[in-house]
Amino acid sequence: MSVLDEAWDLAPQVSVRPERFGALLYHFGTRRLSFLKDPRLLVVVERLADAPTAGDACRGAGVGAAELPTFERALARLAETDMLRARR
Amino acid sequence: MSVAVPLVEHFARGLDAPICLTWELTYACNLACTHCLSSSGRRDPGELTTAEAEAVIDELERMQVFYVNIGGGEPTIRPDFWELVDYATAHHVGVKFSTNGVRITPEVAARLAEGARGSGGAPQSGYVDVQISLDGATAEVNDAVRGEGSYAMALRAMDNLAAAGFVGFKISVVCTRHNIPQLDAFKALADRYGAQLRLTRLRPSGRGADVWGELHPTAAQQRELYDWLLAHGEGVLTGDSFFHLAGYGESLPGLNLCGAGRVVCLIDPVGDVYACPFAIHDAFRAGNVRHHGGFAGVWRESELFRSLREPQSGGACAACSAYDSCRGGCMAAKFFTGLPLDGPDPECVKGHGERPLSTVEPGSAPRPSLDHSRRVPGAAGDGAVPVTLRRRPPDRACDENPLAMMER
Repeated sequence: MSVLDEAWDLAPQVSVRPERFGALLYHFGTRRLSFLKDPRLLVVVERLADAPTAGDACRGAGVGAAELPTFERALARLAETDMLRARR
Repeated sequence: MSVAVPLVEHFARGLDAPICLTWELTYACNLACTHCLSSSGRRDPGELTTAEAEAVIDELERMQVFYVNIGGGEPTIRPDFWELVDYATAHHVGVKFSTNGVRITPEVAARLAEGARGSGGAPQSGYVDVQISLDGATAEVNDAVRGEGSYAMALRAMDNLAAAGFVGFKISVVCTRHNIPQLDAFKALADRYGAQLRLTRLRPSGRGADVWGELHPTAAQQRELYDWLLAHGEGVLTGDSFFHLAGYGESLPGLNLCGAGRVVCLIDPVGDVYACPFAIHDAFRAGNVRHHGGFAGVWRESELFRSLREPQSGGACAACSAYDSCRGGCMAAKFFTGLPLDGPDPECVKGHGERPLSTVEPGSAPRPSLDHSRRVPGAAGDGAVPVTLRRRPPDRACDENPLAMMER
């Protein structure tokens, strides 16, 4: 199943700092710093908690079908590194 | 995702707030390391008070500075040290502190371990990292730089942390000519304690200016270090310290850019804000947190920081094939060895630093503006001879490189 078909939320220990280029994400548990290099990815991340699936959050943020795979990879990487947690 | 401007350019132009910063809480120190980057020893009577320090933390919280690298001097000998650590973590500012271990008793270690275990709750509670400074894998090598008994003191602290169950503390090493042959021994030591090894570059800052010539790694050792770091990947931290080594070809993990005044800075014990921890000199002082506007005002408005965020000319380096990798190296290393800031790093891996270095008139390099070294009683003259031994390794620079774990 794709990360886009699941429901997600930011991990509780993650702090988000908006920046001109997008945002900085810092995980206070893993001490990992990540960079969201596209402002739309920030919008996606901010909408995750209220969206039925990550795919819905992407579409809501204006991500077109052509770019969806790129966003999918970015979200998968964030999930892998515990920046995102599956919502159950 | 299309990125019009490369991420690194955003950092070069400066962010609205630092990602992290170094905060020297006191110039007081029980040790007298020969290479102390802040020339520490004596407490400065103008140190920020507890209330002033808390006000700075409030600002850092508002600016969303994720963590501070606390050092000194020896920060743990400030009477309000633990109070400030608790205040910072309660205000969502993580703390990584460097210590020579003097106050890491079994009781303190137990308390730190308990805090670490409690970090599963509120987002930032218990976020305290401990970095034990050690500049030799043996007492002989370490104590020659950090002083008699300092190796035993550091190991005692590490024993106490391990016994208390505090895992993952850092062993922080400033790389010198004498400890480069011990890299594997350092790694073994860290592994033995379940600790993480952190290697940083020796800078000619503070008292380090006096010993840099004899302590900085040889050209062959730099290459050895580079290969060793590449082989160990992200398992060994470097605080983005060695970006000048990127000139060898492959970049080490990290930002590979001087973050001074752009994504990092230093707050010194009296509240002065400098571009980076290795640049305690009037030329790199941007302002003071006590002034109107506070820290945020200095960060955003200072003329110095604004100029650092302008596009930098490669100067004499612009024509070099490695310039895009090393970007001319470390500003502080150049400054305190008397080299022009728009020329090669004194440890340029292409060897371009050697000739300019040889033409620097002895004694003409800028001296640190401050010296808190303890006086040696009974020393030659009237006792006002600055000690040339002290602690505070030139680590914690761009400490924990903001980008060491960046997504690639």
